[in-house]
Amino acid sequence: MIEWAAALLMLFGAVVSVISAIGMLRLPDVYTRSHAATKSATLSVLCCLMGAFIYFWSHDGYVSIRLILGIVFVFITAPVSGHLVTRAAYRSRVPLAEGSGKDELKPVLFGEETDEEVSKGNRIEEADLSQKDSDR
Amino acid sequence: MIENIMIVSLALFMLAIALLLFRVIVGPTLPDRAIALDTIGVNLISTIAIISIVLTTKAFLEAILILGILAFIGTIAFSKFIERGVIVERKSND
Repeated sequence: MIEWAAALLMLFGAVVSVISAIGMLRLPDVYTRSHAATKSATLSVLCCLMGAFIYFWSHDGYVSIRLILGIVFVFITAPVSGHLVTRAAYRSRVPLAEGSGKDELKPVLFGEETDEEVSKGNRIEEADLSQKDSDR
Repeated sequence: MIENIMIVSLALFMLAIALLLFRVIVGPTLPDRAIALDTIGVNLISTIAIISIVLTTKAFLEAILILGILAFIGTIAFSKFIERGVIVERKSND
């Protein structure tokens, strides 16, 4: 009976994973796609590993420390990696999708720049970098 | 019957990985590909958990830990490469 609960938990994890993959395909933007990928993929993996843990526990009487470690590790690291990729995407100026709301981070990070000033700013950064290289 | 449920969920995970592979190939920007690769790694973890139940072995449970660590480190390296352009920053003391 408990094995059935474990199997249904794993099936639920698989269905959630397919839903997250469909979200990865259909959403318009890096930021919304990371929303689909990290949250629901974490849920699916947690359900699947918990199902495996319950199955081994009830079927073999084997409490697997490695599965618990895997659950804790995925639960900690998946949101961190999603956040880091999204931060890198915003800082490397990946545009938001059409119809996004107000972008309040842009004047804080990049200032009120037009496109020409952006390219000029990039040139200045490159000049600074070459300056640093010559300092080394 | 439980084996059938396991095989159906394996097929669903394979479908999810195939869809994510489409995003890896097509994805318009580099962060899209990084996120899709991270999600493929995370799906492989749960695939290995199901396979170890189907084959009734406990030998694959280490692979879960190693794949989790590799997916995390790979995503961190990708995001640092996207943001800075380098992965390992060396300080020169000359």
